[in-house]
Amino acid sequence: MKKELSISAIKDGTVVDHIPNNAALKLVDILDLKGVRGMISIATNLTSKTMGKKGIIKISGKDLTKEEVDKIALIAPHATVNIIKNYDVKQKIKVTIPQVINKIIKCSNPNCITNNEKNVITKFYVLNKDPLKVRCHYCERNMEKEDISLL
Amino acid sequence: MNFKNRDIISIHDFSKDELLSILKTARYMEKNPNTNLLKGKILAALFFEPSTRTRLSFISAMEQLGGEVIGFATSNITSIKKGETLWDTIKMVEAYSDVAVIRHPMEGSARLAAEASSKPVINAGDGANQHPTQTLLDLYTIQKVKGKLDNLHIGMLGDLKYGRTVHSLVTALSHFKPTFYFIAPQALQMPQTYLDELKEKKIKFYLESNLMKVSKKLDILYATRIQEERFADPIEYEKYRGIYKLDTSLLPNIKKDLKIMHPLPRVDEIDKSLDETEHAVYFEQAANGIPVRKALLALVLGKIK
Repeated sequence: MKKELSISAIKDGTVVDHIPNNAALKLVDILDLKGVRGMISIATNLTSKTMGKKGIIKISGKDLTKEEVDKIALIAPHATVNIIKNYDVKQKIKVTIPQVINKIIKCSNPNCITNNEKNVITKFYVLNKDPLKVRCHYCERNMEKEDISLL
Repeated sequence: MNFKNRDIISIHDFSKDELLSILKTARYMEKNPNTNLLKGKILAALFFEPSTRTRLSFISAMEQLGGEVIGFATSNITSIKKGETLWDTIKMVEAYSDVAVIRHPMEGSARLAAEASSKPVINAGDGANQHPTQTLLDLYTIQKVKGKLDNLHIGMLGDLKYGRTVHSLVTALSHFKPTFYFIAPQALQMPQTYLDELKEKKIKFYLESNLMKVSKKLDILYATRIQEERFADPIEYEKYRGIYKLDTSLLPNIKKDLKIMHPLPRVDEIDKSLDETEHAVYFEQAANGIPVRKALLALVLGKIK
């Protein structure tokens, strides 16, 4: 039987691979791909030798910025990001957690103003990357990895 | 050092030199109490939560400097009841005043208010988080009664787990090579986060539950109230209530120049019998709120550099 790729290769754009299986759809949210005009392929439950099941996202016609790549690190720290030009991997970007995290995390303190006032964009300072520890810009509470949830 | 337009939100935002500079200005204010330095300026005192000392001392400080005060002392006011956001309230206030002081029950509210306003904002307590003007007046008091801030042996007593006052004071004093004695029942001891920070900064501290074991070493004893409102279970509160009651029986076991501080209000942590002794400085501490708050108002309004 002829072997076929589950989702086809892209000519130009970005491929995010080795995403934990349950995180692929969340990543699509975070990367805010609504404005992208090219084809976006999202696949989950793919078989992976190292991960068991994994997810993959292919975005045609868009190069992710460093900031966008950093966001990926929060939920998929071992993902690989490949920039594709003319079907070749032009660049591999190492995923790293940024110094400041805007928007994507929810403060674990229920009495924090960010959980009680409309339209406040959350902001966290990264105190430690591994294990992840952050401090809320507003309530100054520290959060460890197990307390961190995404918005 | 220029504090013009600076927000006073958290003690974490200030370097040692900045703290000392504010204390220096407070000394100047104490020596020159009645000036018209802030004539024509308007302070908005926004108290979304009850406060006695902080609110009154800010109003008094502003009026002694010739300025005027507008504001409210409860969130039971029309626009907030109607569901106006804090952001919108501050935007409105920004247009009506030159500087705002805010107390709000939610942590982070003061930081958000500062972002909403182009005018300086002073935090007068944001939930359990910060109360930087209290911390500054505590530092001012220590410097005044001990003649220095460096190398002091400082005991903190009572509710060290929930007390924002002691947390901010620990952060501020960490600039001045202190030795800390945290005296509390285990359930109300200083949170690990603060202990970790002290370890990182190589500052000596001791955890103790029995005051008498360390009382002779102390230069300052900072007592706090066990806060009933922090306990979900009233029986739990009763267990700790009155656990430390300072009275004259303490006197044989302390240094002659020990000073006892308390952010007030006290319930039964300090017996009245100590009030007349030279050790008691808690009312002086409350009075120091005036020069310190005057200094902050004059600094952020750019009237003193």
